[in-house]
Amino acid sequence: MPKPAKKPVGAQPENPARLIIDGAVVENQWSLLPLDEEAEITAADLAPGRVILPLSTWLELRDQLQARKGEIGVWLDSDETADLIGEYASELPLIAAHFPLFTDGRAFTAGRLLRSRYGFTGELRAVGSFMRDQLTYLTRCGFNAFAYQGEQTLEGLLDSLQDFTDSYQSSVDQPLPIYRRRSLAG
Amino acid sequence: MYQYDEQDHKLIRERVAQFRGQTERYLAGELSEEQFLPLRLQNGLYIQRLAPMLRIAVPYGLLNSTQVRRLAHITRKYDKGYAHFTTRQNVQLNWPNLEDVPDILAELAEVEMHAVQTSGNCIRNTTTDQFAGVARDELVDPRPYCELIRQWSTFHPEFAFLPRKFKIAVCGAAEDRAAIRAHDIGVQIVRNDHGETGFQVFVGGGLGRTPIIGVAIRDFLPEVHLLSYLEAIVRVYNQLGRRDNKFKARIKILVKALGAEEFARRVEAEWEQIKDGADELPREAIEWSKRFFPQPAYKSVNGSHAEAVLRDQAGSDKAFSRWLERNTFPHRVPGYQAVTLSTKPTGIPPGDVTDRQLEAIADLADEFSFGEVRVTHEQNVVLADVEQERLYELWQAARKHGFATPNIGTLTDMICCPGGDYCSLANAKSIPVAEAIQRKFDDLDYLYDLGDLHLNISGCMNACGHHHIGHIGILGVDKKGEEFYQIQLGGSANEKASLGTVLGPSFSRDEMPDTIGKILDVFVENRQPEELFIDTYHRIGLQPFKERVYAKAS
Repeated sequence: MPKPAKKPVGAQPENPARLIIDGAVVENQWSLLPLDEEAEITAADLAPGRVILPLSTWLELRDQLQARKGEIGVWLDSDETADLIGEYASELPLIAAHFPLFTDGRAFTAGRLLRSRYGFTGELRAVGSFMRDQLTYLTRCGFNAFAYQGEQTLEGLLDSLQDFTDSYQSSVDQPLPIYRRRSLAG
Repeated sequence: MYQYDEQDHKLIRERVAQFRGQTERYLAGELSEEQFLPLRLQNGLYIQRLAPMLRIAVPYGLLNSTQVRRLAHITRKYDKGYAHFTTRQNVQLNWPNLEDVPDILAELAEVEMHAVQTSGNCIRNTTTDQFAGVARDELVDPRPYCELIRQWSTFHPEFAFLPRKFKIAVCGAAEDRAAIRAHDIGVQIVRNDHGETGFQVFVGGGLGRTPIIGVAIRDFLPEVHLLSYLEAIVRVYNQLGRRDNKFKARIKILVKALGAEEFARRVEAEWEQIKDGADELPREAIEWSKRFFPQPAYKSVNGSHAEAVLRDQAGSDKAFSRWLERNTFPHRVPGYQAVTLSTKPTGIPPGDVTDRQLEAIADLADEFSFGEVRVTHEQNVVLADVEQERLYELWQAARKHGFATPNIGTLTDMICCPGGDYCSLANAKSIPVAEAIQRKFDDLDYLYDLGDLHLNISGCMNACGHHHIGHIGILGVDKKGEEFYQIQLGGSANEKASLGTVLGPSFSRDEMPDTIGKILDVFVENRQPEELFIDTYHRIGLQPFKERVYAKAS
């Protein structure tokens, strides 16, 4: 697996205390390690409990963290593609995808590929600056957890999960495009 | 044409409700300008120089008379009683109130219309040949594929926040009337040696600041793979397209940076993984889509008799003869002809029509052309299925409503962006230049003698007026706060697409009509029999034009 090139550290995702998972507001059970290119992190440095690592840190420590497999998640920055996790996705309990800006739509593709190509069945969490109005698209791309970092109450966002109740294309939540569900008879 | 079923209706209703909520949150201060921006753009709403502008989608340019009447009603109730046809076959309102937009969208939804994805960094309205289904040089009707692409691209969850806007055009004929090589993806319908239908796929075309002609990355794509291949292209672009600079974010820049071969390799690798999946387009789905575009109930007509009558009428009426020559287009069914209603009489901004004219268009469509209307990318309106025996009658009616200016395809049938009169991006006004040129060259005999000649005007380098692909292209530029105009020659949008070359230093607005006159003089003096402007240009090159235009007065 190729190692991603070093890059300047941009906006870091926040890790709010509460979030939406599977349509309910719950306490956040995970800590999130921000990306720090300077720090030399070893497996021993990591806090106990569930922790979400930057991709580069996870790639480095993965083999040493085998024993903690169920409590180590990974977050992808927007310029990191799903294939950098690849088949390992099926072994991970949680993957987060970062929106440095809500207009940066690369995480939609990352989510979709993690689910449909790399067999990821764990928690797929949106982190960063995504907005409420993107919740249905995120859901359709396989996200089931939303660590929203805006000011609004999370309960107020739940309605937006229902903005659309049908779709034209195939996606993670609807494997068949509309032309395979419609009656096409004349 | 396509008719919504309950699922289409539900999706569009849900979209209207969603946007109503978003507008309320914005007006209540819960959504910032920055957050509201992409949401309103994806619902067609711009904030312009003078007022909001709402761009309404006309999927592949096709409207029925009910929809046209609803547009007329909307311009009256919510706007200033006129609308504007765009170069992407859409309709724009220039003066709606932001607060009214959800109501306008709800009124549109009732007649199976919307403004979804007419702006913003997403997949835009798919465009095609205005003579789809009737042109004699057509291999396969592109509209059923356009409708499948419309459905695939509408509310696509993965591609709503692309690096930049994304435009797809489809052509099913020998002559490319859809300018597919000037689009992010151009789809040309072809047949292979086994007689199977498929597509040649072009990518990376576009105008704007960096005009590029699209390149073919696949010569034959079987039709079953249309949507999975499009999905692969857009997925590669979504992951790799530049997001750090909006002027370098279009797919054309990515294709150029990677090289067309490498880009194609990545698309093919992605496509290999999905081509046999759920997005495979089964035969039944294509057949189902085709059923929405049946051949209208044509009368069985004695074609040669109809032609003879027409010749007689043309022989005794010069004005009719001119209109017949310029504003009608041969039809594949004997006894029928397609008619272009010109929205470009002198003195009216190209593409503008009043509410009354919209109603007149709807009436003419019902009376003469099975109730259907097409918007062209040259900003005119087509009635595609008119009986030849009734052309004279239609011409008289069109004349009454101001649609019969017999200038289609000539110098005065120009493409022109709204320019500095309306648009906040423009460097210069474009409409007054168009009008000054129309006024100078109002002699029809001269225009006809010049033959087919495309003159396109953009008020800035974003190129909404397609100046790069006009035979004569005019670009508004700003020089120390003053408006000047640069001229390019030799552009072309069709299957022999090419970009124009800059003639030289720019001109003031007052100088423009005379300068165009000098360019035309060079053409007239140098042309060989049957040669069009573009042919002469290709033969003699830029130099003779340059010498004449910049000659020192002696």
